[in-house]
Amino acid sequence: MINEIISMNGYGAYVWSAFSFTLISFTALYFVTKLQLSKEKKIFASKFGSLNIEKARVARSQDINKEILSNISNI
Amino acid sequence: MFKSFEPNKIFSITSRAPKYVLFLFIIVLLIGLMESLILSPEDYKQSDAVRIMYVHVPAAWIALGIFSGLALLSIGSFVFKNKNFGLIAKSLAPSGFVFNIIALVTGSIWGKPTWGTWWAWDARITSMLILALFYGMYLLAWRIFENKEQATKVTSLIAILGVINVPIIKFSVDWWNTLHQPTSINILSTNTAIHGSMLIPLGIMTAAFALFSLLIFLMKYNTELIKVKNKGLDRL
Repeated sequence: MINEIISMNGYGAYVWSAFSFTLISFTALYFVTKLQLSKEKKIFASKFGSLNIEKARVARSQDINKEILSNISNI
Repeated sequence: MFKSFEPNKIFSITSRAPKYVLFLFIIVLLIGLMESLILSPEDYKQSDAVRIMYVHVPAAWIALGIFSGLALLSIGSFVFKNKNFGLIAKSLAPSGFVFNIIALVTGSIWGKPTWGTWWAWDARITSMLILALFYGMYLLAWRIFENKEQATKVTSLIAILGVINVPIIKFSVDWWNTLHQPTSINILSTNTAIHGSMLIPLGIMTAAFALFSLLIFLMKYNTELIKVKNKGLDRL
């Protein structure tokens, strides 16, 4: 059974390489995108941290900034 | 008209959704892989080589669908002057490009056992390669132009010009003599050349690929929104 699945009637090399290429591409794209997202979150956290009290209050008044800040703990 | 479509309102959804989409994607992908690699029957002519169809066809469909979406969003950003359309299009493009490359590479792998060659300058394959070039130009333009207004205009133009290629890809197998097989599935009619036992894994794999492109879109869209907010913090 296992041998049949691996050999695929002689087409195993083609079938497995096509599926492997697809899954490797998915994994690479997922991790590159995740890395870019984490990088931007870190930049946001460091910029937010360097704001003075008044500017931080203004920034925090925007809902989206609050959402990003609550997300940063998930990096 | 597009107020509920503003980034501020949808970020709370897009920031939470990826983990659920990832979970669903993994489940659907595992079922799809099981169906397409083990449970589905081999073809009477192509034998097990037909299984490549389960990654090649959904990848090509999604690459075409996303590029059509880019063109519609580009037209929308011109007509409604809504910057969010540009942001959505920019976030969709990377997964579309990767699906286009997957369609080309898996098509090439499938070509060897069925046609005896890795590549042919055939109408369908060449037009898919041209689509990949348009995707490449689109992604490069976002990197090259630092001025956002200029980048939006150039990328929109690329998407609108590139979408002319989409019907060419679709009908290339009817308009020219090609190595590529004619359309087997027509969503507008019940007349399909594929047996149900092969349609089920094809449908499941298409759903898995669509979920993956949604996942990448959400992550990329969140990245773009945070980039915008980072610039906003600089201006405070």
